[in-house]
Amino acid sequence: MTRKIAVAVAWRSIHNFLSNPAFLLPGILFPLFFFVAFAGGLSAIAGAPGFDFPNGYTAFQFVFVLLQSAAFGGVFTGFGIARDFETGFSRRYLLAASNRGGIVAGYALAALVRALITWTILTAVALVAGMDVGGSGVDLFGLYGLAVLVNLAATLWAAGVAMRVRSIQGGPLMQFPTFLVLFLAPVYVPLELLSGWIHAVASVNPVTALLEAGRGFISGEATQVALAFAVAVVLPVVFALWARGGLKRAEAAG
Amino acid sequence: MTAETGERAGIEAEGLVRDFKNGPRAVDGIDLRVASGEIYGFLGPNGAGKSTTVLMLTTLLPPTAGTARVAGFDIAAEGPKVRSAIGAALQEAALDPLLSGREHMRLQTALHGLARDERARRSDELLARVGLSEAAERKVGGYSGGMKRRLDLALALVHRPRILFLDEPTTGLDIQSRTALWDEVAGLAANEGVTVFLTTQYLEEADALADRVGIIDHGRIVAEGTPAELKAEIGRPTVEAVPRDPADQERVAEVLSPFGEKTGATRRTGASVRLEGGESQLADVVRALDAEAIAIEQLQLHAPSLDDVFLAKTGRSLEGAGEEEAEADSEEMEAVEA
Amino acid sequence: MSGALRVQVGQLARRSVLRTLRQPAQIVPALVFPLFLLAVNSGGLKDATNLPGFPTDSYLTFALAVPFMQGALFSVMNTGTDLARDIETGFLNRLALTPLRGAALLSGLLAGSVVLGVVQAATYLTVGLVAGAELAAGAGGALVIVALSVTITVAFGTIGLFAALRTGSGEAVQGLFPLFFVFLFLSSMALPLELLQTDWFHAVASANPISYLLEAFRSLLIEGWDAGALALGFGIAAAILAIGMFAASTALKTRLVRT
Repeated sequence: MTRKIAVAVAWRSIHNFLSNPAFLLPGILFPLFFFVAFAGGLSAIAGAPGFDFPNGYTAFQFVFVLLQSAAFGGVFTGFGIARDFETGFSRRYLLAASNRGGIVAGYALAALVRALITWTILTAVALVAGMDVGGSGVDLFGLYGLAVLVNLAATLWAAGVAMRVRSIQGGPLMQFPTFLVLFLAPVYVPLELLSGWIHAVASVNPVTALLEAGRGFISGEATQVALAFAVAVVLPVVFALWARGGLKRAEAAG
Repeated sequence: MTAETGERAGIEAEGLVRDFKNGPRAVDGIDLRVASGEIYGFLGPNGAGKSTTVLMLTTLLPPTAGTARVAGFDIAAEGPKVRSAIGAALQEAALDPLLSGREHMRLQTALHGLARDERARRSDELLARVGLSEAAERKVGGYSGGMKRRLDLALALVHRPRILFLDEPTTGLDIQSRTALWDEVAGLAANEGVTVFLTTQYLEEADALADRVGIIDHGRIVAEGTPAELKAEIGRPTVEAVPRDPADQERVAEVLSPFGEKTGATRRTGASVRLEGGESQLADVVRALDAEAIAIEQLQLHAPSLDDVFLAKTGRSLEGAGEEEAEADSEEMEAVEA
Repeated sequence: MSGALRVQVGQLARRSVLRTLRQPAQIVPALVFPLFLLAVNSGGLKDATNLPGFPTDSYLTFALAVPFMQGALFSVMNTGTDLARDIETGFLNRLALTPLRGAALLSGLLAGSVVLGVVQAATYLTVGLVAGAELAAGAGGALVIVALSVTITVAFGTIGLFAALRTGSGEAVQGLFPLFFVFLFLSSMALPLELLQTDWFHAVASANPISYLLEAFRSLLIEGWDAGALALGFGIAAAILAIGMFAASTALKTRLVRT
């Protein structure tokens, strides 16, 4: 039954963003734009002393943009959940669904479908731009697998916020921490080339492990895989509890 | 600067039309005359063209065709003079939630060119008049709907206009706030000779306030006159009978049917007809019911209402017409979303 | 300026300033977000100073120009959404029923962005200098930086006004944010023009007026007094202001169809 509910909820969200470009396009265009701006505009950074990523700056930035799009895809889904609460549509779900966890699962499923569309386009553009991929099929599976888990974590985080605030005014609450966590990581150069406070912060930032492993996958030189997947698995578990708490609050509010 | 009055403080419109690009003809040839000091009620359902007419008469929307003079000034050629003679409280309360009531008054008095020392005096006077003196320093974002409407009215009066346009001023207000606003409007006309052009979708509002009523439907005036004249034109009261035993409802309806056309009863178990012969038929109705030995719990005679007038002129009930429009709008929205 | 016009501009300016100061949600992100990005970028891109031809060995000094442009972006949003709200609530109709002149409306509305521009500029400059950025042009340069920032903030504010008058919708104005964000990125925001290696990116950034606005700030921070860079920066800001004001005035005439 939970599966049926999840599929029904996912169907509606997928139908909405496929039939309303305004819902789908930002999630595709923003990552593309960041990719173009970072890989294109900052390519000279690859010439900085000590920058020795083997597959070039395009591949280096692709990993960040992939994970960033995974995270923000989750946040955009959170906006949709908040909108549903604000318009009262979510009451339909709460009344109809026997297992309300299926509702959140449905939103997460829709987020993943949207992310897959984005990643397909992003990957195609990166390859056309000459991205050098050193990893094997298994490596790439690992890379996209990380992205899937990041997307799930971000969706559950945003869902938890959305169900607590139940208004699109909660948008910044979903966005800002996500942005913070993403950018306090080795975005432009590898961790070893950072110094000062940013190095200290990035060293303890879980996103750093995800980025390092992702860049290892794309270059075929796997690194920090266990840590990265541990982080990538723990985050959705933690945020699933957060989302569950949000659902209970939403139920109590009626 | 005080409000210029022109030769008259009335409203005259001839053949006023307003088309919207790719849209309906919202106003389809309005002729009207409002005398100085009169309260004119413009009554009609949602989407009838009331607000569009007001926007044209207040110079905020140019007409597509036709002419109108407000306070003696041509609305198309003498816009600034018209605006100096009128005040308007339009459909939205049009307030800034971040400013206080007093700050609104300050802004409005200054924009209308009142001298600096007069601004504060006039602000205090109007705030007291609409009962907002105590709330004047609070931001409008925290005002209730009734308070916002009262502030709206005060702002419309800062420059002592001779003509006041009120576009559905009591929509969404509770009974108390509505009555208070009616009293204020009636006082303006009676004591200060202000001409009031009031649009409404509420029958009782038009009935209670207006000296004359114009009923508008689909952009045209379908009836015009004093409320009493309009009702007298229809002339026929309705009688409603409610049987003690609900099972007798059909028998009651059968007994009443020869006396006139069936109408909607106010009670679910009642039956109602419009008396073709007028009030004098009431006795016959009683006798007929008695002859059938039907026990009657309630027998009521309703005088004709403005809704009856609207029904007679348009074939639709005004009270239900708004719902029909809303349903049509809703169907359109669903089609768009699909 | 006639007495009546002066009163109108004054009253609307007062309202605009009050509204800006009463909306912390407008002020705080405009201050915090650019400073956060400055911190992150100056930490993350420090190594860029090792690239041959980089104009300074302090990336913080180089990057300090960027918050001023991001602040201008917030000005577009804030000014635009405020006016869009006036249109949506009917407040513009209320103003239209008074003897108010269009020029007074636009000028008054921009007063809030002047105040925000001054606060932003002072904040970014102070935080940047405390964090260790250099200011080659000295105290006089600080004043010019503030003046340039205010000019740019007001200029971008006119774009927000135009967008609001054209669309009448706060949501549509908000939708411009990504567009302007993109515009900001496709410039010499992160690296000097000479070090942009990707050909098409270099071409776009070279044609982007924002690059020259950034260079004007950098000339004061890094080099001292460069009349050419300053003239270009102020000239571009003035041109944006003139074009924006003209566009907004035209849009206002259409929006305010009063006779």
